[in-house]
Amino acid sequence: MLLQFERRDTPSKTLVFATPFIAIAITIILSSIMLLIQGKSLLTTFFSFFIEPFESTYAISEVFLKFGPLLFIAQALAIGFRAKVWNIGAEGQMIMGAILASSVPVYFTDSDSVFLLPAMILLGAFGGLVWAAIPAFLRTRYNANEILVTLMLTSVALQILYYLLLGPWKDPMGFNFPQTVMFQDAALFPPIIFGFRLNYSLIIPIIFTIFVWIYMEKHFGGFKLTVGGLAPHAATYAGYSSNGAVWKSLLIAGMAAGIAGMSEVAGPIGQLQRSVTSGYGYSAIIVAYLGALHPIGIVFAAFFLSVIHIGGDYALVTADLPISSVHIFQGLLLVSYLASFTLVNYQFKPRKARIVEIESSLT
Amino acid sequence: MQNERQPLLTLSKLTKIYGSLIANDSIDLDVYTGSIHAVLGENGAGKSTLMKLAYGVVKPDAGEIFWKGQKINYWKTTVARGLGIGMVFQHFSLFETLSVVENIALTIKGSQKDLIDHIRKIGADYQLEIDPTAMVNSLSVGQRQRVEIIRCLMQDLKLLILDEPTSVLPPQHVRALFDALRKLQNNGVAILYISHKLEEIRELCDTATILRDGKVTGKVNPNETSTQELATLMIGRSIPKVERKVSDHKSKNAILNVTNLNIKNPDPFGTDLKNLNLSVFGGEIVGIAGVSGNGQQELGRIISGEDLNGDLNLSTIEMFGQPVTRKGVIERRDLGFCFVPEERLGRGVVPSMSLSKNSLLTAFKKGMLKNGFIQDDVVDKYTDTCITEFSVKSSGNGATANSLSGGNLQKFLVGRELLLEPKLLFLSQPTWGVDVGSANEIRQKLISLRDNGIGILVISEELEELFEITDRMYVLRSGRISTSMQTNEVSPDEIGEYMIGEEREDASNALAV
Repeated sequence: MLLQFERRDTPSKTLVFATPFIAIAITIILSSIMLLIQGKSLLTTFFSFFIEPFESTYAISEVFLKFGPLLFIAQALAIGFRAKVWNIGAEGQMIMGAILASSVPVYFTDSDSVFLLPAMILLGAFGGLVWAAIPAFLRTRYNANEILVTLMLTSVALQILYYLLLGPWKDPMGFNFPQTVMFQDAALFPPIIFGFRLNYSLIIPIIFTIFVWIYMEKHFGGFKLTVGGLAPHAATYAGYSSNGAVWKSLLIAGMAAGIAGMSEVAGPIGQLQRSVTSGYGYSAIIVAYLGALHPIGIVFAAFFLSVIHIGGDYALVTADLPISSVHIFQGLLLVSYLASFTLVNYQFKPRKARIVEIESSLT
Repeated sequence: MQNERQPLLTLSKLTKIYGSLIANDSIDLDVYTGSIHAVLGENGAGKSTLMKLAYGVVKPDAGEIFWKGQKINYWKTTVARGLGIGMVFQHFSLFETLSVVENIALTIKGSQKDLIDHIRKIGADYQLEIDPTAMVNSLSVGQRQRVEIIRCLMQDLKLLILDEPTSVLPPQHVRALFDALRKLQNNGVAILYISHKLEEIRELCDTATILRDGKVTGKVNPNETSTQELATLMIGRSIPKVERKVSDHKSKNAILNVTNLNIKNPDPFGTDLKNLNLSVFGGEIVGIAGVSGNGQQELGRIISGEDLNGDLNLSTIEMFGQPVTRKGVIERRDLGFCFVPEERLGRGVVPSMSLSKNSLLTAFKKGMLKNGFIQDDVVDKYTDTCITEFSVKSSGNGATANSLSGGNLQKFLVGRELLLEPKLLFLSQPTWGVDVGSANEIRQKLISLRDNGIGILVISEELEELFEITDRMYVLRSGRISTSMQTNEVSPDEIGEYMIGEEREDASNALAV
């Protein structure tokens, strides 16, 4: 018998709320199987994933270091996702933000002006903005699919980054490593606690979260985006511009990703190098959905994923896990979430009788 | 005498529940061979659900089904069809891009040649002539219905179920359909005839089962029952009459003018609008009659501003004397234009949002925003006013739009737009799927608006409705519009002639029978 999906009339409220927790539970069960096959200790592994990130001030500060950019980009992407504008190129927008911001310390190596950091923030925002404006223009003018354009522009951004690092911006004293000079202190965010990498750039995502929450809940602009996502025909009927929604979604996300990229080079990394994004642009997509595209949910989701990230680093050492196992763990989490989400909102139904069966029943 | 015979199909204590709604509550029904049995009830009474149960499309939650006195345990479409039951749905199930014979070949065995001969023979026997090789998309609604009926007749048919078969037919085609049905009756086929039109049932049927709120409220012989009695059984009271006198204060200048509108539809199966002219004056209700699919959608989107066609001449559409062809929805609304679309859920309202949020959708300029921030108290107050003034039954302004019944949702939608105090109001299919009571409230409201000098344009498939409320009428067919006609000077048959148009010759054949 064939099965087909059918939308549930009224998905259970409790289950909708429980979806992320169900996903976590399934992930733990599935990854336990994987760990057992590998012959690793479950206790040690889960200890390093969920307890070790809270064991020391340093570990906690590292969690928050990851939390900042994840939160920032996820909040911005969720605005677009609610309006059904699929920007999956935050990674590229982040790289462009980092590149443009780095131009300041690269060309003004000796400056210790107080305007250095603000200028980098502005340039970072601008870099991401421009990179997101390209798909917005192509979508609204030529109806080019923004999923493909944003994704492919990420590769382009990466090539620009490699070119600069191997060519004009390479540190002359850097033993031919593909990286720029280390930035001067004036081009870096000051640390919140001396000696740790966690810095004051964390304030920006937190302010941004409050802004997004107010915008989506209380502002007419957010309402229009939500209507466009939930019922596109109703948005047209009411006269809300769908092109406006595409521009707004992409530009906000580009700006946020750009500043997040800038915060990396002006924060924990301290220079422009090849692995400037740590994959935040992609992880933020997971965070946005894990947080059910809700500003508050995303705060928890970003925190949870940061813990998993740091826990994964510890698991490499403490539980002697290969890096790919950590990636599988994170991948399992997203798949289980999407599967649970689908099953909460849809149900399996036996397929309706087909014509062939009608014929056979007549005889 | 009937009762001595064994019924062909017996539905016994059938119950069907959808969520919190009891669509069918323990319904009994007997159908006899050679009888045309009416199932009468208004929108939402449970008629369609009952027929879907009878045809096996949905499973009952309780109750039993008997065929010639024998209980059938696993009642489903395949079984029903095997026993000789055929059904013609309200929305036809034909493939537009296939020919008539190809559509029929999907369910009936046989070579193409045999099938064509068979279709021709049935056509001749029952005056249901159709060209078997014609493409379905080129057929009118009446002809498509004919194809559906022929498809049922190609099997050994014992019982034919028809769901609101006349809802979209011009009067001439209705008569042809009735002739064919009577012929079937004489040949010993039982017919279940679902409708909410009282006169029709009195003319055609010999038995009527009346449903209200999912329950049987009566079993009568419609020939011996008055329209008033039937109405009382159907809606619990007599049908209120819409009060109306002829419009006497028409404005001097037209407030809506459409001049030489030509639109090429990018969809190959869509309708092109051809050289279309129409006007609406303040203080009158203007109707556009015609079966939907003849350009209603396209015209609606052009007038509302949802489709801003760049190829149009600047002065093609004028409102209040100003060209608005290039103006968007919001700019047109600013001039005093309001629109109620035919699709309510998903276009007129956002289904999953609250009524308050749905007020905000179009009424945001009524002081609901301060520096772009939503003023919830203003929104809620507007919504509450709409709910009380238009007697919208709901659990309050926080109820989601999709929790309302069709009639109540339409009252909310009309109310939301009317509270915007329009000078020009445009409604598409204002009473589709709306119960009799709500439909009358809406119609009465439109007439009182007209008396206050507002110009109203109504697109509707229901001729009765247009004759009840309009002052002038146009007919839209295949993207072309007729000349304007004074409602009190034309007959439904004349309007029907325009609805048939090029098909007139064919129809006069049918009439001659």
